Amino acid sequence: MRNLPRFMTHLEEVEVIGGGLSRWVAAAPVGRTVAWRAELVEDEPGRRLSWRSLDGSEVPNRGSVDFTPAPGGRGTEVTVDLVFEPPAGAVGAAVARLFGEDPAQQVKDDLRRFKQVLEAGGVVRSDGTPEGTRTGRLLRQRPARPTGATGEAT
Amino acid sequence: MKATCWMGPRKVELVDVPDPVILDDRDAIVRVTSTAICGSDLHLYDGYVPTMRKGDVLGHEFMGEVVDVGRAVTNLHVGDRVVVPFPIACGGCWSCKQGLWSLCENSNPNSGLAEKMWGSSTGGIFGYSHLVGGYAGGQAEYVRVPFADVGPLRIDDDSLTDEQVLFLTDVFPTGYMGAELCDIQPGDTVAVWGAGPVGQFAAASARLLGAEQVVVIDRLPYRLRMAEDHSEVVVLNYEEVDVREALRDLTAGRGPDACIDAVGMEAHHGSVPIEAFDKGKQAVRLQTERAHALRQAITCCRNGGTVSVMGVYGGVVDKFPMGSVMNRSLTIRTGQCHAHRYLRPLLQRIQQGDVDPTFIITHRMPLDEVAEGYELFKRKRDDCVKVVLTP
Repeated sequence: MRNLPRFMTHLEEVEVIGGGLSRWVAAAPVGRTVAWRAELVEDEPGRRLSWRSLDGSEVPNRGSVDFTPAPGGRGTEVTVDLVFEPPAGAVGAAVARLFGEDPAQQVKDDLRRFKQVLEAGGVVRSDGTPEGTRTGRLLRQRPARPTGATGEAT
Repeated sequence: MKATCWMGPRKVELVDVPDPVILDDRDAIVRVTSTAICGSDLHLYDGYVPTMRKGDVLGHEFMGEVVDVGRAVTNLHVGDRVVVPFPIACGGCWSCKQGLWSLCENSNPNSGLAEKMWGSSTGGIFGYSHLVGGYAGGQAEYVRVPFADVGPLRIDDDSLTDEQVLFLTDVFPTGYMGAELCDIQPGDTVAVWGAGPVGQFAAASARLLGAEQVVVIDRLPYRLRMAEDHSEVVVLNYEEVDVREALRDLTAGRGPDACIDAVGMEAHHGSVPIEAFDKGKQAVRLQTERAHALRQAITCCRNGGTVSVMGVYGGVVDKFPMGSVMNRSLTIRTGQCHAHRYLRPLLQRIQQGDVDPTFIITHRMPLDEVAEGYELFKRKRDDCVKVVLTP
């Protein structure tokens, strides 16, 4: 779970605090962060994970991830179900911007990066997209030339 | 370092850019010793491939010396001489494991763009627009090679020159795959449209794979002569003969068993008004391709035959003769070359002397003269077939 921020780019940190509880910190615009606590509801290793946020979270959310074998040796199908309730007010606006207009796209990008991490060993970066797959960046790419920077560019 | 940058349609410049660095544990940095301009680079040069950005580094045919490796690259060492296949492939996804290397599911970080255009994405390609990843290419002094533990082929045999092995990166395997997709049977006639580098290798490969008769179609006499000089082929100049009639004469009315399109999206048409009409539609994007060669390959192919498409297409084709394909039970086979598959077998062919790929080289230039190289190749000046550049 601590590895989730590797491919879920809006997450800054996931801390496992024991007893099936975890603390999540997500980056929000203008240097803000949004944090919540979640509890594990189901944990069937290799098959299913589900969670829900604890009462009093800034962003109430719940979700599940299912892993099922694909037919004919085509690998593993990963299905994500995510429900969140943006709160009202300033935090709500920040959260809306955080997830963008299309939260499904965010999840799709996360899944694509997850596949890269599992199959290719890490998030795949090109010179035009040094931060890796991110739909919001598709139409405003850097030129495909070395940036001169090492590691993860922004 | 110096790198060939796309600065807009019909404008390339050698520009000083930062040296590439290792971004991932599986990267290598290669100091380029030889690189070439590909016919498909001309589609970028002419501005027909969308999602190019000013300043993109071009080039997907290159080889050189490894100067740095990431921690996860254990098969290559600094100082190794390598040939780098043009598709970028992770080696771990389902497509890579099926040998469909150019369809790697992970190497294109801009897969969303490709999905919009094509329905699903392909893998990444060096220096070939943001649609296929936005990777800097190898017409430069140095290049970052992702998944260096999967792609590059080490050349240990120092008796082989750069020029002998450079075309393993693209045009030799692409031409070879074009012939392989024809599933050549004894007695077959294979017709190849286009006598550029891919067409030359497709014709030579069709002979290697046992075709009884190979016919090469182009309009440039010097290119047809090159095909005649290096492979046992019949040549047809479509500005001088009726191609369909000539092909029927050569096959007692049957038509070629397989037809290879080694031309792609910027085909010329023998009829001036049709050429102008098609070019106009392409300019205003009513169609993105001029597909005369493909149309003719389809209509000339024998009933039940195979059309193998290696020429590059980007978008949509107007007036596609689907009725001919359907009613006559044709099979269309195509794809960006899965170059990784062919590196070792074709290196062996070169070492055995079955093919000497250097015959296509007509121009050797320092990288400094790359802009002139593009113009020469584009305008087919000075009998240009292939330009090799040395950084």
